[in-house]
Amino acid sequence: MKQKMVLYFPSTTTEQPFTYYLIKDYNLMINILKANINPRKEGRAVVEISGDKKDYLAGLEYLQSRGVKIFPLEQEIVWQEDRCTHCGACVVICPAGALVLERPEMEVKFLGEKCIVCEHCIKACPSRAMEARY
Amino acid sequence: MIKKTYEEINAKIRAGEAVVVTAEEVISMVREQGVEETAAAVDVVTTGTFGPMCSSGAFFCLGHSKPRMKMSRVFLNGVEAYAGLAAVDAYLGATQIPETDPDNKNFPGEFNYGGGHVLEDLVAGKEVLLEATAYGTDCYPKKKLEKMVRLEDLPQATLYNPRNAYQNYNVAVNLSDRTLYTYMGILKPNMGNANYSTSGQLSPLFNDPLYRTIGMGTKIFLGGGVGYVSWQGTQHSPDALRGENGVPLTPAGTLAVIGDMKQMSSKWLRGVSFMGYGVSLMVGVGIPIPILDEEILKFTAVSDEEIFAPVVDYSESYPQGLGETIGQVSYAQLKSGEISVGDRLIPTAPLSSYRGARDIAILLKEWIQEGEFLLTRPVFTIPASSEKFNYKGAI
Ligand code: SF4
Ligand code: SF4
Repeated sequence: MKQKMVLYFPSTTTEQPFTYYLIKDYNLMINILKANINPRKEGRAVVEISGDKKDYLAGLEYLQSRGVKIFPLEQEIVWQEDRCTHCGACVVICPAGALVLERPEMEVKFLGEKCIVCEHCIKACPSRAMEARY
Repeated sequence: MIKKTYEEINAKIRAGEAVVVTAEEVISMVREQGVEETAAAVDVVTTGTFGPMCSSGAFFCLGHSKPRMKMSRVFLNGVEAYAGLAAVDAYLGATQIPETDPDNKNFPGEFNYGGGHVLEDLVAGKEVLLEATAYGTDCYPKKKLEKMVRLEDLPQATLYNPRNAYQNYNVAVNLSDRTLYTYMGILKPNMGNANYSTSGQLSPLFNDPLYRTIGMGTKIFLGGGVGYVSWQGTQHSPDALRGENGVPLTPAGTLAVIGDMKQMSSKWLRGVSFMGYGVSLMVGVGIPIPILDEEILKFTAVSDEEIFAPVVDYSESYPQGLGETIGQVSYAQLKSGEISVGDRLIPTAPLSSYRGARDIAILLKEWIQEGEFLLTRPVFTIPASSEKFNYKGAI
């Protein structure tokens, strides 16, 4: 199975080589989509983990047992449709094709499953319609 | 020859018999039925635009306190309004930022709140903190005031935008190798994107390119309420080069507009933040165009393929005022999502909401169909050439 998620590392956990153990001991593939981890400070990473279901679940359990908090990715970037003016300014900013201008309607759609949570859109959206929620 | 007068069209509107279509709908009508038949059938074509318009703001009368006060500095939610007017009058501009804003000190600044947002908050019915100071006079002794106000508490609030509804605008690209943060949005290096900002075939002044029906007193949709064109806008430059269809090839006409803010809605007045640039206000403007004759109908049938905008480099040409363009593209190309400049295909993004423009044109059409919204004959039309700046002559 394959799943994107947000890993939250409390400051006590940031110096541990989690990726190494996930790969070595749990036979998982880790694709780091975004990471912001500083030694001795809390950190955050958006990853895609894939592997056998058994390994996958064991791997997540291992992370949690070491104090890493796991959040589903869906909660991350929220498109507040009522704030969105459908201006379209975001579509050239989004690197993942998650914000698209549908033609000929010229309406903007947010495709959450494509979002890699890079957060570029948050400040680029003039109406502040994109929000990060953890 | 089809000829209709304002009076005839208004009589039909009152009787609920006027045929009203949007500037989008009229295009296919003309393609199917031809100019003459469509001109005979259609009485009014509605247009719309919903984009960031920096030259916007509002005059407020803030009401007298007891004792009275001659406010010399006024802040609304921390954003300063110009108070060099009568005792409790002030003008808040859309691009004003709070004095405490870090602006571009940590480049690019975020500009999360400013004049445009205060205007939006007010029309949304929110409470806004009014702070005022004064030096005090015999007639106006009070020196300091702080209170929460709502739009409904204010004696008057008049939106007055010195420049809206730009007829055509630049397509912004970036030829340099660093990201630019502009009022045209974020421009990625080496022409990574091209941003444009008009609603093309729906845009008011593209549908009446020589301003035959638009001028002082034209009744319009403004910010969700009823407003009026009050004057030509600042930077109005009708002498711009035009195509054979009369449509200017560069930024040309502009409008100054006015309306009662208390009728407006935060759906159509939206504070916006442009990273590294500042704040602005997205304004919804819709103008009805009376089909007085075939020529006007033909103008309103203009389509995105026939409207062209200049491509301008915002790393050098625009900031340095060089006036150079590096190409010309049609709105049809811009709206397709990609334009070609030289041998490159560049992804495009609008800043003006086409969907909003269409919704405004449809709303205005409904208002007219309901018989509530009559058309006004302008006192004079805005000048179509700089030689004819003559405000005395009515049309
Ligand atoms: S930039 Fe923001 S307001 Fe504009 S279309 Fe994208 S999400 Fe909507
Ligand atoms: S967070 Fe990144 S990937 Fe997701 S919608 Fe915003 S710009 Fe696109």
